[in-house]
Amino acid sequence: MSATTAPPLPARSDHSHERVTLPRVIRSEWTKLWTLRSTRWSLLLAFIAQAGLGPLIALIEMARWSHLTFQDRITINPIDHSLGGWHLAQLAIAILGVMTITGEYHTGMIRSSMMAAPKRLPVLWAKLLVFSVVVFVLMLIAAFIGFLGGQAIFTQHHVNVALSAPHALRTIFGAALFTTATGALCIALGTIVRRTAGGIALFVGVFFVLPGLVEILPSTTANAINPYLPSNAGGAIAQALAQPNTFSAWGGFALFCGYTVAVIAIAAGLLLRRDA
Amino acid sequence: MIEVHGLSKHYGDRVAVDDLTFTIKPGTVTGFLGPNGAGKSTTMRLILGLDRPTGGTATVNGKRYRDLAAPLHEVGALLEARAVHTGRSGYNHLLALAQTHGIPRSRVGEVIELVGLESVARKRVGGFSLGMGQRLGVAAALLGDPATVVLDEPANGLDPEGIRWIRNLLKGLAAEGRTVFLSSHLMSEMEQTADHLIVIGRGRLIADTDVASFVARASSGAPVRVRSPQLPALADAVKSAGGSSESLEDGALQVFALTSEQIGEIAAAQQLVLHELTPMQVSLEDAFMDITKESVEYQHADTSPTDVAMPISASITGAEQ
Repeated sequence: MSATTAPPLPARSDHSHERVTLPRVIRSEWTKLWTLRSTRWSLLLAFIAQAGLGPLIALIEMARWSHLTFQDRITINPIDHSLGGWHLAQLAIAILGVMTITGEYHTGMIRSSMMAAPKRLPVLWAKLLVFSVVVFVLMLIAAFIGFLGGQAIFTQHHVNVALSAPHALRTIFGAALFTTATGALCIALGTIVRRTAGGIALFVGVFFVLPGLVEILPSTTANAINPYLPSNAGGAIAQALAQPNTFSAWGGFALFCGYTVAVIAIAAGLLLRRDA
Repeated sequence: MIEVHGLSKHYGDRVAVDDLTFTIKPGTVTGFLGPNGAGKSTTMRLILGLDRPTGGTATVNGKRYRDLAAPLHEVGALLEARAVHTGRSGYNHLLALAQTHGIPRSRVGEVIELVGLESVARKRVGGFSLGMGQRLGVAAALLGDPATVVLDEPANGLDPEGIRWIRNLLKGLAAEGRTVFLSSHLMSEMEQTADHLIVIGRGRLIADTDVASFVARASSGAPVRVRSPQLPALADAVKSAGGSSESLEDGALQVFALTSEQIGEIAAAQQLVLHELTPMQVSLEDAFMDITKESVEYQHADTSPTDVAMPISASITGAEQ
């Protein structure tokens, strides 16, 4: 079958309109996200944590009301106590964020992804966008459930606040925003290290180990560094009660978003340059 | 049409692909041959835009793979390494790939049927056998109905039934007039399917030729098998004509350094009866072994003495790690 005797190509349908576009890569990433069992479990766990942990804490506090000291009673913070679930939700979302990309490297799927969308960056943008939108919507709903559920329980001893209370709405949106931005950061970390264990270790190192290390520094040094730690900068927006040595809620979150964008930029550069 | 020009890829100090230049013409089946570690997979990965070349270019239909607007419609590829998320079903894997190009769902069903995976398409790929995984890879390669198909060692690790399936698939693709670029470290499959051969060793081009001339090149100087009731006399005649011979177990004589024509003329001149006169054709496998061996020896000529002393197979497989 040399070139001269080759039969004509089979009648192929017209594919001229079928080309790679960002909206199509986004659709593909949407399918990829929802067709893995691990994704659905992680999202469910994060949702339950964000929606359920606050009301659970409220239940315990109300049940133990008669044992609480006066000091305990007046320091009950109905906003933060009903929204505290983000600490656990964030961990689940961070791990899932790392795995959305490292799972592809681990299984070799990344090669199929890169061959289908060889410009590569659309794959990263689509992953970030799909994941961020899904996480933000779910976490926002969960935060409202946590807040409203918590307040309903706090009414028992009249320590509840309304949605219109100072910082209430900002903290609800803040919890969802911080978790979402953390997820995006972790996708970028996963893209950089390409290994699940390494990506999770990096997240844990920055969010949980680093603050501990700063704590053992002399207090003036620690106080100077503390506001800049990603966990402190980003956490401010998810807490009604301002912590000492932190930036303002929105200022801190802006800094955290800056860190996230910087890490995403590094990830994008490496994704383009490296062999898949 | 795949065009590779001056293509090189270095991994640190190791040279995987060294200044390769060749063209895969449309509508042909081209075999890409070389021992394990010769750089076949790397060359294919460079063509498919997965690896960045250190030097040179690889283009598909005149464009770098990365610049193709709809790559799945131009080239379908089956890589040697798995490229599927094990937690996803085969159907969803193909659907996600199809969606990047806006390929309709109906086409996903079509390719699943084409490779015979209907019964397991909704199951997670993690539970697939090697053969099923290979079928899924072929389905992904054909998803965009591409005119060019690149297959890296498609028969590797398959059972006889799977190998037969791949062979029929290749014949089918070729019959449809698609361009097929197929790598293998074994010759046997090529003998039946390929029109053209590109042979590489240690990342360098050794041969770029059609199958017949490849065999002919290696067959020059091949022995001739002769049977005669007067063998001792024939052996003497061969010897005096400048040839050499050795007796075979079945009573025939194997003659070297003379063509069948020369032997026939010698026999006629000496009035010797011949019962058989067969030029031995070197198989493609032997030709391949012979030619790649030459290349490896040539490569060793310009390296250090310690390299020369190292067994060939060890140095080649060692380089692949």
